[in-house]
Amino acid sequence: MSDEIVLIVNGKPHKAQANPETPLLYVLRNELGLTGPQFGCGEEMCGACMVLIGNKARQSCRLAISEVGRSRITTLEGLIEKGELHPVQRAFIDEQAAQCGYCLNGMIIRITALLWKNPHPSDKQIRESLDGNLCRCGSHPRILRAVQRAEALLSALEEE
Amino acid sequence: MTNRTSTGKSKDRPGSVRREAKWGEVSSWLDDWLAIEPDGSVTAFSGKVELGTGVRTALAQIVAEELDVPLERVQMVMGDTARTPDEGYTAGSMTISGSGTALRRAAAAARGAMLEMAAKRLEVNINELSVQDGAITLVQSPERSVTYAELMGGKPFNLQVEDQFPQKSPSTYRVVGTSTPREDLPRKVSGQSSFIQDVQVPGMVHGRLVRPPSAAAQLLEIDENSVKDVPGLIRVVQRGNFIGAVAAREEQAIQAARQLQVKWQESALYPRMQDLFTALRSQPTQDSVLVEQGDFEKAFAKAARQIHATYAQPYHAHASIGPSCAVAEVVGDQVTVWASTPGPYPLSGALAQLLELPVENVHLIHVEGAGSYGQNGSDDAAADAVILAQGTGRPVRVQWTRKDEFVWEPKSPAMVMEVHGGLDSQGNVVAWDYHVWSPSHVARARFAGQLVTTQLLTGQPAPQARFSFGAERNAPTNYGFSTQRVTVHYVPDSYLRASSFRSLGGSENTFANESFIDELAAAAGVDPVEYRLRYLADPRERAVLNAAAEKAGWVPRLARHLSETELTEGRGVAFARYENDQAIVACIANVQVNRKTGVVRVKRVVVAHDCGLIINPDGVKNQIEGNVIQSLSRALKEEVQFDEFRITSVDWQTYPILKFSEVPEVEIVLINRPDQPAVGAGEPSTVTTAAAVANAVFDAAGVRLRQIPFTPERVRTALLEQGQR
Repeated sequence: MSDEIVLIVNGKPHKAQANPETPLLYVLRNELGLTGPQFGCGEEMCGACMVLIGNKARQSCRLAISEVGRSRITTLEGLIEKGELHPVQRAFIDEQAAQCGYCLNGMIIRITALLWKNPHPSDKQIRESLDGNLCRCGSHPRILRAVQRAEALLSALEEE
Repeated sequence: MTNRTSTGKSKDRPGSVRREAKWGEVSSWLDDWLAIEPDGSVTAFSGKVELGTGVRTALAQIVAEELDVPLERVQMVMGDTARTPDEGYTAGSMTISGSGTALRRAAAAARGAMLEMAAKRLEVNINELSVQDGAITLVQSPERSVTYAELMGGKPFNLQVEDQFPQKSPSTYRVVGTSTPREDLPRKVSGQSSFIQDVQVPGMVHGRLVRPPSAAAQLLEIDENSVKDVPGLIRVVQRGNFIGAVAAREEQAIQAARQLQVKWQESALYPRMQDLFTALRSQPTQDSVLVEQGDFEKAFAKAARQIHATYAQPYHAHASIGPSCAVAEVVGDQVTVWASTPGPYPLSGALAQLLELPVENVHLIHVEGAGSYGQNGSDDAAADAVILAQGTGRPVRVQWTRKDEFVWEPKSPAMVMEVHGGLDSQGNVVAWDYHVWSPSHVARARFAGQLVTTQLLTGQPAPQARFSFGAERNAPTNYGFSTQRVTVHYVPDSYLRASSFRSLGGSENTFANESFIDELAAAAGVDPVEYRLRYLADPRERAVLNAAAEKAGWVPRLARHLSETELTEGRGVAFARYENDQAIVACIANVQVNRKTGVVRVKRVVVAHDCGLIINPDGVKNQIEGNVIQSLSRALKEEVQFDEFRITSVDWQTYPILKFSEVPEVEIVLINRPDQPAVGAGEPSTVTTAAAVANAVFDAAGVRLRQIPFTPERVRTALLEQGQR
């Protein structure tokens, strides 16, 4: 097949069976069984489906697999290294930063990308960065505390 | 979801789940609630379900505490019609008081029964024994001991719970009352399958719905040729106005649903939005007087000052962040449904009715969904999945779209509240008259006819509510006014489909009550906290209001709104006892009003909260934070838009909710009352926010906001009218 698409997901190549225009979200969830990214709106308005493309947080619900190319795709599952949770994931547990937890995927992915780009963001920068990620349960105060804790955990790692 | 089978559960022995049990009538058989597994772990069964509040962890804490086993050895099985007791709906902040109490009694009985067995086996008296970590030990010679597993592992108790064994005293609690971390978070932060949307069943295919554009639309024409080129398409299932496309792959089902050409005949259903509140009040109502104390008319006529105000709240959407989803499998006359319903047993009954099958043939397995805060589309999605599975002979997963959820989920109904107050010359309340107009807040899917799916299949509209419920919640206040009257006017036609949303009418009623007492305090020239305290006798209630005032740094003064600057700041208070006898909440909000733009920014919210004995303090704080932010979102931004035919709030742009940049600081004072029963914390602190904010806006800018949401446009209009006075 000439339009065969190979995606690099969490470090491993995956030959997609779906059509090229299929949004990445469905390939991740249904072909690869990755249940981290969630379907929230299908309209890039809520952030539940976020993944990292390279170092950038992107919504995957409308992103056609043909547009991803050979960029590295990292999902929530892919943040775990050698069985160890990523500091941002740990921070969410430490702060008990969830209620239903459906939005967690997008929050963690967005914050991971933010802290890569800007290891010490201001409160305003954090809130603005998260404005595209909706949470209906009202876990915002905890999520904001989780960002601060993640920042501290990451800084501690840097110093090691 | 768990595949682990429990040995303590079997359908064909005494104490197994009795499916014919009446709703709300819970089993007294110990084995229906608890099982000691061969490895000594404990399986506890609850008919309630996890709705994202962390109640699974709280219930496990209760069991671990009462049984003296480590928390990690307690496994909760919840909301499965083949395995758990029937506890009706998970609603009304009643899981801790209902299921929690039942599990506590069951665990105490299990512990007591095992102590008796141990005493017999060790040939000693019970009072010579102690329990630790699931082992019973002779205090004098600790080498003589027997474990729960040795006594019971895998065997049923065959015992009825009758409070024959004492429960632990709360003063000895070690697990209950601690901020135990939630058991689900490690799974959820690492992306492990946790939600209904993640359920996979062998052979499962994917369904998407093609809903009519509006609730009254009738199907005119469907052109199945329009999807014949869609790869993977299994079938378009069409029955009446119900249409769904089923395909091998999810994206194929999406494509088919989008591509299918369908023509509908629409008709007008709703009043114009600007006429909504007048229309509600003009319906013939069913009235009930909830409180009548003294002679209101007489006292009001004699009052030195008479004050009136009318408040209103529009329709609100639950707006779950994940649209509803369900999976169903129909094999012969056996049906299995995975759904995020808040009521597995009642829904199994409704589905059985829909399919004309005995209820025993419908196995309902609850799997967590995104937060629902009441009745969202989950029950309807379950019925959709069943119809698609039946129509294709395959296990079908149906995923609602964002628009499906916004349009078809039942809304929190619109309400109008009118209050009349009389003050004497000293500013005391001498007459209080409260009226609320509201459709029923509850139309749970107990019967097939209440499911959207059924309505689409049959072309029949939803049956008129058999009883109206919810508008009375917190319509009466806990203030000791000498003369008062409270009347609920039930409106039969809700226009938009309505059902339970967090606190039912409690939010709207508290918005009106707590705004109005603030209006009276201002008219009387008294500090709003002091004014409320005049009418509160209960020491727990007074303590909560005082605690909030202290934490917020409340300095007694009159509402001032002197500032003429563009940005002006104020504070407001609201108080309520949920359902008049449950958790007690006081809320103080600090706001900033921009006179030019009309934007209300809430900067800080302080909540003091007494829900009796606290099971998990951090869990309660989490619920309070969530309540404050969600209710703030409702108060500031939310209003379901519609025209005469359709709901037009269909996505996050047409139904915006609070964003991170708009979220205030939330500070909480928890008052623990270990000597008092544990009451729910899932809803109470949702009711006070709107009034606290409205009162703070009055303090800041001198205008009363009596209609939710407090949009910039509405605030500007109020300021303009003030300028013209």
